[in-house]
Amino acid sequence: MRKTDVKLSSLSKKYFMAFAGLFLISFLVVHLGINLFILPITADHELIFADAVHFMSTNPLIKVMEVVLFGGFILHAILGVILQLQNWNARPVGYKVSQKSQVYSPFTRFMIHTGIIIFVFLIIHFMNFYFVKMGWAEPPQGAHIVEGQHDFYNMALNLFSSPFYCILYIVLIMGLGFHLHHAFQSAFQSLGLNHPTYTPVIKVIGTIYSVLVTFGFISIPLYFLFV
Amino acid sequence: MKLTLKIWRQENAKAKGRFETYQLDNISSDCSFLEMLDILNEQLVNDQVKLPVDTISFDHDCREGICGMCSLYINGRPHGPEQGTTVCQLHMRHFKDGDTITIEPWRAGPFPVVKDLMVDRLAFDKIIQAGGFTSVSTGGVPDANAIPIRKEDADLAMDAAACIGCGACVAACKNASAMLFVAAKVSQFALLPQGKIEAKERVHAMVAKMDELGFGNCSNTYACEAECPKNISVENIARMNREYFSQAVTKADRKQNGGGAG
Repeated sequence: MRKTDVKLSSLSKKYFMAFAGLFLISFLVVHLGINLFILPITADHELIFADAVHFMSTNPLIKVMEVVLFGGFILHAILGVILQLQNWNARPVGYKVSQKSQVYSPFTRFMIHTGIIIFVFLIIHFMNFYFVKMGWAEPPQGAHIVEGQHDFYNMALNLFSSPFYCILYIVLIMGLGFHLHHAFQSAFQSLGLNHPTYTPVIKVIGTIYSVLVTFGFISIPLYFLFV
Repeated sequence: MKLTLKIWRQENAKAKGRFETYQLDNISSDCSFLEMLDILNEQLVNDQVKLPVDTISFDHDCREGICGMCSLYINGRPHGPEQGTTVCQLHMRHFKDGDTITIEPWRAGPFPVVKDLMVDRLAFDKIIQAGGFTSVSTGGVPDANAIPIRKEDADLAMDAAACIGCGACVAACKNASAMLFVAAKVSQFALLPQGKIEAKERVHAMVAKMDELGFGNCSNTYACEAECPKNISVENIARMNREYFSQAVTKADRKQNGGGAG
């Protein structure tokens, strides 16, 4: 048995990857739904955003789901690294000439890289928001911060007022988008859900999902950059 | 045709290998790829002054695309540029005059190089030994129609059984994963009633052996399907994943407490 093996078979690891991944995929939709209210899409968008944040940070069921979410993310990340290390170990001597097959998609090859991008993004994201909420970090200073008061809406506005942060945010979210593009259909295949009729549909939905989520998140910094 | 060949030469599994360049002239475009290598070896024999003659080793057997012995990684693709063919069915008309062709062995930890372009694929046999079989029936020849099988299932099982175990899937996979091979071998039994007897143990035993041998994991890139000379579908991998899961959750071993009804 190899050192990196945690006594889970290759297939079991893939199930956990897929289940955790699908959970994270569904979480992103909720997160995006709330984030979009940072933009003035309705007259009382600020109130709706504040209500949503309040619900997400106080509802007991959401509190439980938060633990599941963090656990799922950590599991997904750790398994991802283990799988990648095993994959690299499986071919000690590489090819001199390697041609990309017709199905070649850069998204599949760079899952670990886009995964690391997402991880970096989450560290920044946690330092900016979650740690502040928990009182572990000082709220960032800036034009939108009222002394002694740090609601997520103003914290977000404060961050997006920096063009550097906006551009960094866009770049990192693109990494997430590439990750999701491969992830969506891959999760279904890993769980054994492949069907001649439905798999092409799943692939199309996965593409639409990854594009919508990416552009949904990116639309917020774009708004603050250009409007 | 005039060709420049860059071929991987390696004395044995432990030796350090290197690429050697060879020039070939007057190769017919009707010549098969393996015949072209035969001509090269012939040339090496004729040119060599001292013995023993160091010809290039490569695997081949039936030369009609059904045995799965040939295994060359040509210009970055297992079995060369043609789709759905083995090297032995590849002809020189798919190359241009003056081409440089790079030939490498399969590259995977569980497939150590024996010599030059020959790799040891015993790992596949070990996976089959772990569970790729059905219980042998003894006695008279059974009637062919005694067990009814749905036509679609028989077709799918036949498609999976078309796998010749050449290892192109492992060679093509960026993770050197044997998932397509194992999936095909699991599927051909999982789809048929004859395979049901060992079904509870089969998929788990074969996957465990595959992991133990050090093959990589599947990242659903599907390069295996694209490069498979027998066009084995990745649907088989999904079927294996389902099979693995369902056998794990439905397996209920009754406690053996000795003695039977008698």
